[in-house]
Amino acid sequence: MKIKLKVWRQKNKDTKGAFKTYNVDHASPDMSFLEMIDVLNTELIKKGEESIAFDHDCREGICGMCSLYINGHPHGPLQTTTCQLHMRTFKDGETITVEPWRAKAFPVIKDLVVDRTAFDRIQQAGGYVNVNTGGVPDANEIPIPKRIADEAFDAATCIGCGACVAACKNASAMLFVSAKVSQFALLPQGQVERKERAEKMVAQMDAEGFGSCTNTYACEAECPKGIKVANIARMNREYLGAMMTSYEGSTGGGGE
Amino acid sequence: MKWFIDLFSSSIGRKVVMALTGLFIILFLMVHLIGNLQLLKDDGGEAFNVYAYFMTHNPLIKMVSYVNYAFFLFHIGWALLLTIKNRQARGTEGYAVTSSKSSIWSARNMGILGTIILVFLVIHMKDFWGQMHFGEMPTKTYGDHEVKDLFTVVGSAFQEWWYVALYCISMVAIAFHLWHGFESAFQTLGLNHMKYNPVISFVGKSFSIVVPALFAIIPILMFFV
Repeated sequence: MKIKLKVWRQKNKDTKGAFKTYNVDHASPDMSFLEMIDVLNTELIKKGEESIAFDHDCREGICGMCSLYINGHPHGPLQTTTCQLHMRTFKDGETITVEPWRAKAFPVIKDLVVDRTAFDRIQQAGGYVNVNTGGVPDANEIPIPKRIADEAFDAATCIGCGACVAACKNASAMLFVSAKVSQFALLPQGQVERKERAEKMVAQMDAEGFGSCTNTYACEAECPKGIKVANIARMNREYLGAMMTSYEGSTGGGGE
Repeated sequence: MKWFIDLFSSSIGRKVVMALTGLFIILFLMVHLIGNLQLLKDDGGEAFNVYAYFMTHNPLIKMVSYVNYAFFLFHIGWALLLTIKNRQARGTEGYAVTSSKSSIWSARNMGILGTIILVFLVIHMKDFWGQMHFGEMPTKTYGDHEVKDLFTVVGSAFQEWWYVALYCISMVAIAFHLWHGFESAFQTLGLNHMKYNPVISFVGKSFSIVVPALFAIIPILMFFV
């Protein structure tokens, strides 16, 4: 199949980018979207042009590295990661527009690659549990209801790809942060740092310059892992409760 | 005290201000509607005029009305602040292609809907609220009470077709604003539970249709009857 690709090209963080159109004449419907760009890049390298930079790693939908905004949707029209999106989703002869994630907190480094270390810093601010060293605890020592365990696990399936930020008209990171807050808040192991975690992760999220949630739920519709917006309500609850009742009073809030 | 400032300057805290003030305004809308429906009573405006006098003279109602004015201002002010912050969060370069499939129209356009409502609010306040509080107005006497005849003022305003049209358009804007706003407020406050979500959703959607529709029906009836 033949495809016309309109791709965002940008030399580096400080230069202005622009769209450039490429023709891919030998795309197979069985190719993944990333493989199609691989083919295009090989052609570009052969011609002596600079290849298109894009993020990718596992290519099996679990690492959260691939991050292309395709035809108005993060990860394209299907609710998958870009690596699991196949060319059969598109029509022969179609023009496909490929853009990087757009958010102040995710600056474009080159072409379609954005800097998502803001997510790492939010995670480092509180997305962990402290475990005392000692003998290995028995696996079934702490009873957890199946449904609670499932819900925590559902939240934990967030791969931190940033599609929620890309989809949100406010570039809000609340679906990501709420998934990370929820996966621990639901489980007994997460109780020790529960309040501190909600306070610190939200404060870091604000400091990174992400927007506020206006409950359009575009994030939930676009999330390749199906993270639910019920997590955002839980995070709001956790955060409000924590701010009003925690012992710690100096975690800082607000953006700039 | 620092925690308090941190809380309300955080992204979630700012949204909580929107949710709480919004829910209070929803309560106010209900009271306002019950008052307005008295316009349709066939008594030459006595019930409505007595009610309007009560609403402007009862000390408790006066106190609540000051809170209401303040909440309106907070709701508008915080909306502006959040909109500016959210625009900044998107960054300087926007998307070339966007899709509207993943969210509902009213959720994406609360600002535009809010602006229409604000314009309506200014006209509405100037013509009725302003007249009642500061204007010269004919009076009527019921028993030994002399009260301002707001009924006649409202009645003559609703003889103008464009005034009736303005009201109807504004009520449509309010309906769309509530369609998203009612449920959204509960989500922001963290009140999301599978046992109660269907109730919140049903009440929210019914409220956003029934209340603006009843508000709009008053000028329409007064225009044609």
